[in-house]
Amino acid sequence: MNPDGITAAVGESRPRVEGRLKVTGSAHYVADLPMPNLAHGWMVTATVSHGRIRDIDATDALAMPGVLGVLDHRNARRLNPDVAHHFGPDRSLPMLQHEVIEYAGRPIALVVAETPEQARAAAAALRVTYDAEPHDIEFSMNHPAVRPASTLFGPEADTGDLEAELAASAVVVDEVYHTPEESHSALEPHVATAWWEDGHLHALDSNQGPFGISQVMASLFLIDPERVHIRAEHVGGGFGAKTVCGAQIILAAMAAEHFQRPVRVALTRRQVFLATGSRPPTEQRVRIGADADGRLRAVHHHAAFALSPLAEYIEWCTEQARTLYAAPAIRTELSAVPLNLLPPCSMRGPGAAPGSFAFESAVDEVAERLQIDPLQLRLLNQPVVSPVSGRPFSTRRLVQCFQEGARRFGWAQRDHRPRVRREGNLLVGTGVAAVAFIAGVFPSAATITAEADGTFSVRVGATDIGTGARTALIAVAADALGVGTERIHLHIGDSDIGPAAGAGGSRGTTSCAFAIIETAKALREKLVDPARPVTASVDTTPLINWQPDEERYTYSAVFAEVTVDPATGEVRVRRLLGMFAVGRVINPLLARSQLIGGMIGGLSMALHEESVRDPITGRLVTADFAGYHISAHADVPNVEADFVVDYEPQDPSGFNGLGEIGNAGTAAAIANAVWHATGTRHRTLPISLGRVIEPAAAHDHPGAVSVA
Amino acid sequence: MSDDTRSEIALRVNDETFRLAVDNRRTLLDALREDLNLTGAKKGCDHGQCGACTVLVDGQRVVSCLTLAVAADGAAVTTIEGLADDGELRPIQEAFIRLDGFQCGFCTPGQICSAVGMLAEHAAGWPSAVTRDDSPQRAQELTEEEVRERMSGNLCRCSAYPSIVRAILEASAREAVAG
Amino acid sequence: MRAFAYQRTTQIRDALNLVAQHDGARFLAGGTNIVDLMKAGVESPARLVDIRSLALGEIAEAPDGGLVLGATVTNSSVAADAQVRLRYPALSQAILAGASGQLRNMATVGGNLLQRTRCAYFSDPSEACNKRVPGSGCSAINGAHHNHAILDWTSHCVATHPSDMAVPLTAFDAVVRYETLHGPGEIPLAEFYLPVGDRPDRETALPDGALITAVVLPAAAVAGRSRYRKVRERASYAFATVSVAAALDVQHGLVRDVRIALGGVASRPWRARLAESALCGGPATAERISVAAEVEIAAAKPLRDNAYKVTLARNLIEAVLTELAADSGEERNG
Ligand SMILES: Cc1cc2nc3c(=O)[nH]c(=O)nc-3n(C[C@H](O)[C@H](O)[C@H](O)COP(=O)(O)OP(=O)(O)OC[C@H]3O[C@@H](n4cnc5c(N)ncnc54)[C@H](O)[C@@H]3O)c2cc1C
Ligand code: SF4
Ligand code: FES
Ligand code: FES
Repeated sequence: MNPDGITAAVGESRPRVEGRLKVTGSAHYVADLPMPNLAHGWMVTATVSHGRIRDIDATDALAMPGVLGVLDHRNARRLNPDVAHHFGPDRSLPMLQHEVIEYAGRPIALVVAETPEQARAAAAALRVTYDAEPHDIEFSMNHPAVRPASTLFGPEADTGDLEAELAASAVVVDEVYHTPEESHSALEPHVATAWWEDGHLHALDSNQGPFGISQVMASLFLIDPERVHIRAEHVGGGFGAKTVCGAQIILAAMAAEHFQRPVRVALTRRQVFLATGSRPPTEQRVRIGADADGRLRAVHHHAAFALSPLAEYIEWCTEQARTLYAAPAIRTELSAVPLNLLPPCSMRGPGAAPGSFAFESAVDEVAERLQIDPLQLRLLNQPVVSPVSGRPFSTRRLVQCFQEGARRFGWAQRDHRPRVRREGNLLVGTGVAAVAFIAGVFPSAATITAEADGTFSVRVGATDIGTGARTALIAVAADALGVGTERIHLHIGDSDIGPAAGAGGSRGTTSCAFAIIETAKALREKLVDPARPVTASVDTTPLINWQPDEERYTYSAVFAEVTVDPATGEVRVRRLLGMFAVGRVINPLLARSQLIGGMIGGLSMALHEESVRDPITGRLVTADFAGYHISAHADVPNVEADFVVDYEPQDPSGFNGLGEIGNAGTAAAIANAVWHATGTRHRTLPISLGRVIEPAAAHDHPGAVSVA
Repeated sequence: MSDDTRSEIALRVNDETFRLAVDNRRTLLDALREDLNLTGAKKGCDHGQCGACTVLVDGQRVVSCLTLAVAADGAAVTTIEGLADDGELRPIQEAFIRLDGFQCGFCTPGQICSAVGMLAEHAAGWPSAVTRDDSPQRAQELTEEEVRERMSGNLCRCSAYPSIVRAILEASAREAVAG
Repeated sequence: MRAFAYQRTTQIRDALNLVAQHDGARFLAGGTNIVDLMKAGVESPARLVDIRSLALGEIAEAPDGGLVLGATVTNSSVAADAQVRLRYPALSQAILAGASGQLRNMATVGGNLLQRTRCAYFSDPSEACNKRVPGSGCSAINGAHHNHAILDWTSHCVATHPSDMAVPLTAFDAVVRYETLHGPGEIPLAEFYLPVGDRPDRETALPDGALITAVVLPAAAVAGRSRYRKVRERASYAFATVSVAAALDVQHGLVRDVRIALGGVASRPWRARLAESALCGGPATAERISVAAEVEIAAAKPLRDNAYKVTLARNLIEAVLTELAADSGEERNG
C-alpha cells in the first residue's frame, strides 16, 4: 500500500479491463465499425513470381452491378518511390505504380464496389495477363546472390581465435539447420477503412502502432504527417505482421481519394497469406567446439535468411550465440539472400525463434556427443559478463530459471540416453532450451491531464493487440499517480496522441510505461497548484540511454516432454514448462498468458508450421488454415509459465518486455525432446509426420498378438 | 438483374425477429455483421477453417461463414450478443474474463458460442474423437482432453488455449451445480 | 461469387425438377463444401436447390438388419447415433475424426460423399488443374504434392478424396441410394467413385441431376468390431494424411471376416482387398498382419515428395489390425 492507502496495482493479477467487451462481442475491431457511404475495395494479387503485367482488362468487371471502378498502375495516384520503413528504403510500399512484379501475391489492382460481394465478383472477372520472367525462390545459404545482412542492429561478433579453439576442442559439432517460411496468421485479417476530409487522411487500421504507420503513410502520400490520423483501438493479434504499413491501408487511402468516399479494404485470409509479410526461411550452420568436460571453447553461428530485393530486412538469428554461453572464441555471421519472395517482416521472436532452434539444438548435440546432461552443460558455461562485449549484464537470472524449472519439471530423474523410455507404442523424451532476448525501450510520449473531477486522462500511443497493454498501463499510471485504477482513463491506439513505440520488439508496454511514469512525475509537480484541469506531457526520447554500461536481456528456460509414435510419425507435446526472468512483472495473470501463448506459438512452429511454395511457379500453395496448420486446441497440453524474481535496474520501475520470449526457445526444447525420445536429431522444422515416421523394421515390433 | 438472386428472409436473432432482403450470396455471417450490425461474430477465414464466426442456429453451433443467410431463413440464431441475460454475464463469459481465456479477443465470441454449443452436445451424450466409446450409453466425463478435442474447430492464434479449456470446465461445473 | 437463385422444397420430385429444368442448378445440403468452393470461384451454380427440408433426415433400420442413413442426416447425428456406435463404430469414429464440431453439425451424409478434393491447386482457379478444367494440366504432379495420392493415380490427376466418412462406408460395402426423374437407383460404394483415368473431373457414377436419398449400411457382424484411425498434420481439425478403417472378426483363432479401407491415399477411398485376402482364413498373427499390410502397399507408386505416405499406410494398417486382433483376443480371454 502506498501512503494514501491505495493498493499498488503493479504486481497484481487483474483481469483485462476490456474483458467484458471481449466476451460480449462489443469490443469493436476495425471491420466492426460502420461508416456511412462506405465503398468496398477488393484486392487483386499477382499470380506470377516475376515479370510484368501485360494487360489488365477490366471491361467485364466495370460493367458489373455496383462496381465503382478499378484502380491499377495505369490510373492510380503516384506515391513516393523513396519511402522508407523500419530497415531502410522500402520499394514494396508504393503499390500500383508500375507493371513490374517481383513476387507472387503482389497487389496489382483494387476493385471498388458498393458491396463486398459485388467487389469480389468483379475482381474475379478481371482479366490479367502477364509477361512472365524467370524467377528465383530457391533459398540456400550458398546461393550466388548471398550477401552480408544489414548491420543496423550492430556488428556481428568475432572474438578470440575461432579456428584454433575448434582445433583444440575434444568434440566439435558442425551441423546445418533449416527453418521454413512461416506466416504470422493473426486471427483478424488485415483491414482498413480510410477517408479524406479537407486534405486530411483518416483511417481505422488493424495495426500494431498507429503513430509509426501514420508517419509512413504521410511519407508515401507526400503529405504533412499532421494530416494523417490513424486509429487502432482493438486489434485481433499481430505477431509482427501488423507492425508494417499494410496493403490494406495503402490501397484504402488511394481508393478513398480516387472515389471521394470512404473505402474499406478487408483482406481475405488467402490475401493475408499471399500479401502480408512472413517469417523468412533460414539456413543456419552452427559449429561448437568443447572440451571433454563440457566447457565450450568455440562458438560459430552463421545464419542466412531470404528477403526481397524490394526492401531491407533483418532476421537476427545470431543473438543466442553471442549471449547465452561463455567461450574464448565466438563468431557470428548473418547473410541475406534476395529472392522473388514476399518481403518478410518481423514475426514474434524474429531471429530469436529460428536462431534459438538452431543454436540450442547444436548445444544439445554437444551434450549428446559428450554424453553429459544437457542442462549441466548449459549451467557449466554461464558467462559472468557478456562473452562478446565484456560488459556486465544488468540482470541475469537464467541460472535461477534453469534450477527452478528443473525442480518443477523433475529433470533430476532424467536418464540422458535417447530412446530408452516407452509407453506402449510410444517413445517418450524430454528436452530443454534457454533463451536470452534483448530488452530495452523505444522513445514514446505520454500526456496526462488531472481532470476537475479527480480522474486522470492518460494518453499514450500504445496499441493493445492482445498483449494486455491497456490493462498494464492503467496499473502503471495508477501507481505512478498514487490513485486507484478506477480513476485512470487511458486513451491509446491513436496516432494523434503522438509518438510511441508500437506493440513490437517486446517493447511496447515497457516503453509506454516509462513515458507514463515520467509524465506522472512531471504532473505531480504541477498538482500543488489546485487549478484543474492541469496537463503534463513528456517525450522520453532525451531520457533514453542508448549506450548503457550494461547489457539488457530477458531470459527463459523451457522444458518439454513429448511422445512420438514412430510408426506414424505423430509427435505430441505432453508437457511444456517455461521459467522466465523478465524483470518486475506488471500483471502476472496477463503476463503468463503472453508467455504461454508464445510457448504455444513455438510448439506450433516446432511441429506444424510451414509455408509451401510451388517449386515451379513460386506461388504459395498453403494459403489457408487448411493448408497452413497452426496448433489447435487438441495439440496443446497444459502449459505452465512462471517467473523467477527479477528486477531490471535500467528501468525506473524494474520492468522488461515479455511479448516474444515465450516463442523463442520452445521449438528447440521440443526438438531436443524428440531426439531424446527417438534418438534422431531433427535439424529441419517443422518436425512433421513425414520426417519422423520410421519404416517398420526400425520401430520395434509390438509384441506378437496371436489369438490362436 | 432478375430478382431471383435476392430473397426476403426472416431471421430470429437473439429472440428478436428481423426481416431482411438479402442478396442470395450473402452469408449468415455477413448478414449479422453488415445488415444487423451484430459484429460479435468475426470473420477470421470465411472458409470454415477457424471457427471465429461460430454462432448457434436452432441451438446448434455452426460456422456462419459457410451458412447462406437465405438458407437460415426461419431459423433461430443466437450470437455472442445474445448470450448475456439482460446484461448479466453467463458463467462461461465470467470465467473467460477471470481466467484470462483470451488475449486479442478476436476468436473469443466464436470460442464462447462454440463452448455453449459443445456443452449441450456433451450433455446430450454425443461422443467425440477421444471418447472411449466402449459403452455408448454411459455418460462421459468432460475431461480436459474431451474439451480440447471438441473445441478444436476454434483456432486461437494468441493461443489462450489452456485458459480457455480451464474456463469452460469451470463454467460447466458451475452450471451443473446450479442445475 | 456469381449471383444465384435459391429455392427450398419439401418434395423430392420438385427438387429433381428444379435441378433438371435450370442450367447450372445444384443441390445445397449443409453447404460446407459447395459454399466454400463458390467463394473460391471453383463452383458457380446459377441456382441452389436447398434439400434440407426433404424428408431425408432420418436414420432407419433396414429390413436385412442394416441401417439406412438418410441423405440429409447431419454428420453429427450419424456419429452420435447409438446404433451406429454399436454396430458400425468405425463409422462414428471416422466422422468424429473429421472437420470440427461446427462443421459436422452442418455437413450431411450426401454432401460428405460428394465433397471435392482438397488439392490446393483445385481450389485456386488461377492454377492449372485437370479436375477443375479438363485438359488444363495437373499442377500437383510436379508441384507441391506432399499430401497427394500414392495409389491408383494417373498423370491426369494425383489428388486424394478427402472424406473420412466414406472410408468405413467403403469397408462396410455401403450402397448409395438415389432418385432421378426416371426413377430410383443404387450404386455400391465400391463402384460409386470412378477411377481417375483421363477424366479426373468425373468423380462419381451418380447420374446427372440425381439426388442421393440415402446410404444403406448392410448388416455385417464384423462391422461391430471395427476401428478408424486417422493420422494428420495436427491432432485435430485437419484432413487425413492417411487413415484406416478396419474391422476384424476372429473365430476359433481364425480370421472369419476382415474389412480394410484406406483414406488419403487415392482419388477414392481405397478398399484394401489384397490385404483382406492375405489375412482371411488364417490366424491374426503379427506376422500375417505385417504381410497383409505389405501386400497391399506393394502396388503403391509414391510421387517425388510423398513416399512417407507409403510407410505410413503400411504401418497404419498393421497398427489398427494389431489393436483389433488384441481386442478380440481379450474378449475371448475376458
Ligand atoms: C475446414 C473444413 C475441414 C473439413 N475437414 C474434414 C475432414 O477432416 N474430413 C472430412 O471427411 N471432411 C472434412 N470437411 C468436409 C466436410 O465434411 C464436407 O464439406 C461436408 O461433409 C459436405 O457436406 P455438406 O452437406 O455440407 O455438402 P454441400 O456443401 O451442401 O454439398 C456438397 C456437394 O454435394 C452435393 N450434394 C449434397 N447433397 C446431395 C444429395 N443428397 N444428392 C446429390 N447431391 C448432393 C451438392 O450439390 C454439392 O455439390 C471439412 C470441411 C471444412 C470446411
Ligand atoms: S492433382 Fe488433380 S486436383 Fe490437383 S491439380 Fe492435379 S488435376 Fe487438379
Ligand atoms: S470465419 Fe467462419 S470459420 Fe473462419
Ligand atoms: S485471443 Fe487472439 S486469437 Fe484467440
